[in-house]
Amino acid sequence: MTALEQLSLYLAYPFVVNALLVGALVALCSSLLGTTLVMKRLSYIGDGLSHVAFGAYAVAAVAGITRDLLVIAPVTVIAAVLLLRRGQSSKVKGDAAIAMMSVAALAAGYLLMNVFGARSNISGDVCTTLFGSTSILTLTVFDVALCAVLSVAVVGGFALLYNRIFAVTFDEGFARASGLPVDRCNLIVAAMIALVIVVGMSLVGALLLSALVVFPALAAMRVCRTFKGVTILAGIIGVSCAIAGMAVSILASTPVGSTIVLMDAGVFALLCLVGKLRGRVLKDGR
Amino acid sequence: MAYLFCSDLCVGYAGKPVVEGISFAVGAGEMLCIVGENGSGKSTLLKTLLGLIPPLSGRLGFGGGMGAQEVGYLPQGDKAQRDFPASVWEVALSGRVSRLGSRPFFSKADRAAAEGALARVGALPLRDEAFATLSGGQQQRVFLARALASEPRLLALDEPTTGLDPESSETLYREIDGLLTEGVGVIAVTHDIAGALPHATQVLLLADGRASFVGGYAHGTGNGGAR
Repeated sequence: MTALEQLSLYLAYPFVVNALLVGALVALCSSLLGTTLVMKRLSYIGDGLSHVAFGAYAVAAVAGITRDLLVIAPVTVIAAVLLLRRGQSSKVKGDAAIAMMSVAALAAGYLLMNVFGARSNISGDVCTTLFGSTSILTLTVFDVALCAVLSVAVVGGFALLYNRIFAVTFDEGFARASGLPVDRCNLIVAAMIALVIVVGMSLVGALLLSALVVFPALAAMRVCRTFKGVTILAGIIGVSCAIAGMAVSILASTPVGSTIVLMDAGVFALLCLVGKLRGRVLKDGR
Repeated sequence: MAYLFCSDLCVGYAGKPVVEGISFAVGAGEMLCIVGENGSGKSTLLKTLLGLIPPLSGRLGFGGGMGAQEVGYLPQGDKAQRDFPASVWEVALSGRVSRLGSRPFFSKADRAAAEGALARVGALPLRDEAFATLSGGQQQRVFLARALASEPRLLALDEPTTGLDPESSETLYREIDGLLTEGVGVIAVTHDIAGALPHATQVLLLADGRASFVGGYAHGTGNGGAR
């Protein structure tokens, strides 16, 4: 059986189609927001929030709430808003606040699962949550619908706010002086990031989610010189790496999350090389 | 009628005053130069005027039908993010955000204004260049285009000639003179006293936590109590 035949066989299963759909949507959302996050030196907010989402997941699991997204989503959004609303005057700086929140939530989540865990295989559960090894293949129709709605909201919101997001990211002082509601804009972006992280948890898991946010943007920056170009290319890289990664993981029986992230890392390395070569050519031409 | 005025203004951070007793008014075609040593409160004052930080006490307001969105801002050039992926065109067009109102996207008029601003500072040929790869003088010209794209009635300049070679500084001052003739009001915070003074109508010196006018320059009025 060729790889293509094997793939089309798998595509007949609805859970595979669901996984591909959700994977592509999450990758699109996170790579769109990635450029802004990287440039605002907020690469770690994804990591911090994903740990908060893990803590919320543990609470939902212990409380026996099957629709755990309904617990995780609001908690993570609140955490994101709290992190961004503290402002510069706060006594605890941004990186410290992210570190505290993320470590505390991680510890609380693990403790809850360890003490009250219904199942005996705790380390297995934790691994699954952090690395998302199988959960994307067990998505329910409800999960898929929720992901689709959130993705449309995030992509639509990003498109409508694109010009303002650029202004705030490029030069916050200028945006503020221009009378732009910078705080409100930051708040909306924070909420979108939180939503993407909530949805992304089910794809690559909490730990590897940062890679999904950071890699496509950084890879696109190697070869594109405009913000629009970087944003579009990051979206393309994110989506194609997610789909290709899932296809590989189906065919080679590798863990989904790690495969996607390694795919992203590979594209980053490749575009680094392309950028370097092109830079050299340009230099020689001058 | 003054575009921007303040009387007995006190500026500072977190309730701690840095400069007190600031009173001035800037109207059409006037240029106020704010000078002083490092740490004398020049930047604090400019940030307060731009609404980035709240005043501690005193009065600060717009006149002559001005609004905050009609203030163009040229930040210190060396603060630009070195590795930010953006073209010159994207940076210039972002000057129009203050005119967006509730619209999500830029209109044809917005694009025309940004293009006009780029042409005016002679940066139109750089349109598709990456902003990060430009020289300091070129970046400053693009920032000026961004400020002019919003068609401001008042222009706030923060150390406009820092990091520029003499030729670029001269070009910038010529541009400012042109704007003054067209009736734009200018407020400039600067170290470059010798370069800026010939263009200023008023000079405000910040020292020891107080503001005082230095009179007698160019077309200067130097009227210490200018409301």
